Amino acid sequence: MAKIVYQRPKSLKEAVFHYCPGCGHSIVHRIIAEVIDELGIRGITIGVPPAGCAVLAYNYFDVDMIEAPHGRGPAMASAIKRSLPDRVVFSYQGDGDLAAIGIAESFHAANRGENITIIFINNAVYGMTGGQMAPTTMLEQKTTTSPLGRNNKLDGYPVKVSEIFSQLQGVTYLERCMVNSPANVNKTKKAIKKAFQCQINGHGFSLIEILSPCPTNWKMNAVNSCKWIDEVMSKVFPPGVFKDDIPAATKTAEVDS
Amino acid sequence: MNKVLMSGNFIICEAAIRAGCRFYAGYPITPQNEIPEYMAEHMRKAEGGIFIQSESEIVAINMIAGASAAGLRAMTSSSSPGISLKQEGISSMAACELPGVVVNIMRGGPGLGNIRPSQGDYFQATRGGGHGDYRTIVLAPATCQELADLTMAAFDLADKYRNPVMILADGMMGQMMEPVTFKKPKPRIYNKKFMLQGAGSGKSKFIRGLILDPIDMEEHNWKLARKYEVISKKEPRHEEYNINNAKMIIVAYGTAARIAKGAIKRLQNNGMNIGLFRPVTLWPFPEQQLRSLSAKVKNYLVFEMSTGQMLEDIRLALQGYADIRFHGRPGGAVPTPAELANVIARIYERTVK
Amino acid sequence: MIVKTIFSGFGGQGVLMMGVSLAHSGMNKGFHVTYLPAYGAEMRGGTANCTVAIADEEIASPVASEPNFLVAMNSPSLFSFQNKVIVEGTIFLNSSITNDRPHRHDVKVFCIPCSDIAQDLGNIRVANIIMMGAFIKVTGIVTSEIYLNSLESIMGSRKKSLAEINRKAFAAGFDYLKNQQG
Ligand SMILES: Cc1ncc(C[n+]2csc(CCOP(=O)(O)OP(=O)(O)O)c2C)c(N)n1
Ligand code: SF4
Ligand SMILES: [Mg+2]
Repeated sequence: MAKIVYQRPKSLKEAVFHYCPGCGHSIVHRIIAEVIDELGIRGITIGVPPAGCAVLAYNYFDVDMIEAPHGRGPAMASAIKRSLPDRVVFSYQGDGDLAAIGIAESFHAANRGENITIIFINNAVYGMTGGQMAPTTMLEQKTTTSPLGRNNKLDGYPVKVSEIFSQLQGVTYLERCMVNSPANVNKTKKAIKKAFQCQINGHGFSLIEILSPCPTNWKMNAVNSCKWIDEVMSKVFPPGVFKDDIPAATKTAEVDS
Repeated sequence: MNKVLMSGNFIICEAAIRAGCRFYAGYPITPQNEIPEYMAEHMRKAEGGIFIQSESEIVAINMIAGASAAGLRAMTSSSSPGISLKQEGISSMAACELPGVVVNIMRGGPGLGNIRPSQGDYFQATRGGGHGDYRTIVLAPATCQELADLTMAAFDLADKYRNPVMILADGMMGQMMEPVTFKKPKPRIYNKKFMLQGAGSGKSKFIRGLILDPIDMEEHNWKLARKYEVISKKEPRHEEYNINNAKMIIVAYGTAARIAKGAIKRLQNNGMNIGLFRPVTLWPFPEQQLRSLSAKVKNYLVFEMSTGQMLEDIRLALQGYADIRFHGRPGGAVPTPAELANVIARIYERTVK
Repeated sequence: MIVKTIFSGFGGQGVLMMGVSLAHSGMNKGFHVTYLPAYGAEMRGGTANCTVAIADEEIASPVASEPNFLVAMNSPSLFSFQNKVIVEGTIFLNSSITNDRPHRHDVKVFCIPCSDIAQDLGNIRVANIIMMGAFIKVTGIVTSEIYLNSLESIMGSRKKSLAEINRKAFAAGFDYLKNQQG
């Protein structure tokens, strides 16, 4: 008898992604959906997509979703979670959305220790609007609003969200991952699962930062984009667990399961 | 003078830099991304020019306020959702009597809406948009040439009245290319006494919007109101087309007015006599100018790319002296002149005898 | 007189450049012109199109609901726009990369294998200029000289060699039809 080893997760609709070939959003969507399936939480999950390339996420995720104004996802997610504490609530945000216009909302949701999960797609540019400089754009990186490369004297420095947010007492779990290789995709999936589990167990705020290719605006092909994450981006944004305050008891329970 | 072919968004930038604007702050949003992109390159090349990609629209407008207080000609730009975020800052600039230029390349709304051309922000622009008793001068270009001319004029008006001035265009105007000639800008007239540049050995000064004493606040409000009164008298601008012998007049602004003009020309060939009244300043609205037409022409058709906002100003202007119809296309669908001509023809046949 | 043209193709085929260069040469001939690129999220899918209007009077709308000419650089463009072209209008098709042909019988069709010609010239990127050669030959909206001057002033004084190859490419497109019809 044939064994199915790969199929569309139930939490993804039958729709074709509109993302560019090689875009990290597609991968992350898929693994979030897999995690939702595996945790059996499709019916109690509420997602908050951003203004950004992922604005149409509600066309793909087969869970309840409400689109937030640009940057305001964590505010909405906080309120939904407080109103419906037994639901699983996540906001999905780009770097412009989270670290520029929505830095206050994100920072304070984290600082309040809201029991929500933020999936943070760091692609070092404003993808949707055509590749402008993002807060996470690296020094010297050329974008349409840093045509000569990001200049620290005029444009400041790349914002290291994981490093900064890990300082906040309200944060329980925080990890930075990458989706540029099968092994890294698996790692990212584990991290997302852990974050959702953290929320389900009532342990508080979790954020997973994901270094994610944007071949279109990086003006590279998909393969080189993945290489670039390895060779350049991950040097500025090193992956790893930045904070893990999940109580030890649940951690062991997880390992056992 | 040299004609060049440029897109509307670039024209605004180039006109601003030529008019002496030396500070630009903004945040990306479609369909006006070309403005921060052009400024990132060219404002930084202009002598003393400062470009900052701010972390939000709220920050951009407050940067403009700061640069303006420091004495620079300053501009920010955005599209509808971003303009909503700027409202607190615009109100504050009006209160503090700080000049500055705000560009709105409108898109479909409300909410995130879409990125197609729309005119849904008329109320927001002309009623002030933010809180309190204040007004913003609003200029509505309909051609790329006007984008250049009115951008330059916006800086002059902002300085003259020490008030924010808004350029209200839409996605089509921002993206479209037309030939344009940049005229020589007028030299800046702005009194140094309004700038905050350090007291030196003189008296220190401050700029504020908080006026706790109600009597003082009232006086400030009346002072602003008197200024707005002057603007209402002196600054209305409009264009008339084919008004003589017109049996019906279309009132439209910006892109809608272009389409209307095309429709009117088509109908002329069918023997219908239709004129166009195009407000160029939306605030102050050319109220007297429109009302004076109502002595001759009794039929008006308002065409907007919205569900009917300027319509209210037209009702106020005509005060029941004429028959007013409305045709609206909200949400980003721009009708062709032929489509609009069909609509106009139907109404013309029903109302004009 | 008002003439509207839609240029359409993949991103990277220089479709917007075709539009800008036509608008620019129209301006230089003293016409009223507008150029309107399609903008927005759909550009992400890798298609590009733009509309150019050229007239001897003010242009009301830069949009073309019924273009006189369609320049389709690939087959999706042909399918998207062929039905909009006015009766007796003209479709220019890059026949190198598609075997599809217009369904319409009430329009003129010119098939120019511009990608192949470009390959022969040793530079696939000039396929758009080759198409413009054919387009100017048929439409006669502006003269070749005006067009080429515009092209050069848009490209700037960046590279002499570039101007050279563009002239060659333009001539190849222009002559392709000359030979076909001759
Ligand atoms: C108030 C407001 N300002 C600006 C925009 C335009 N806008 C939409 S998405 C976006 C940024 C997208 O970048 P990012 O958050 O990094 O997401 P990505 O597309 O890269 O995934 C911007 C500026 C908006 N929708 N609303
Ligand atoms: S622009 Fe970048 S982030 Fe957006 S869909 Fe394309 S690859 Fe993905
Ligand atoms: Mg991004």
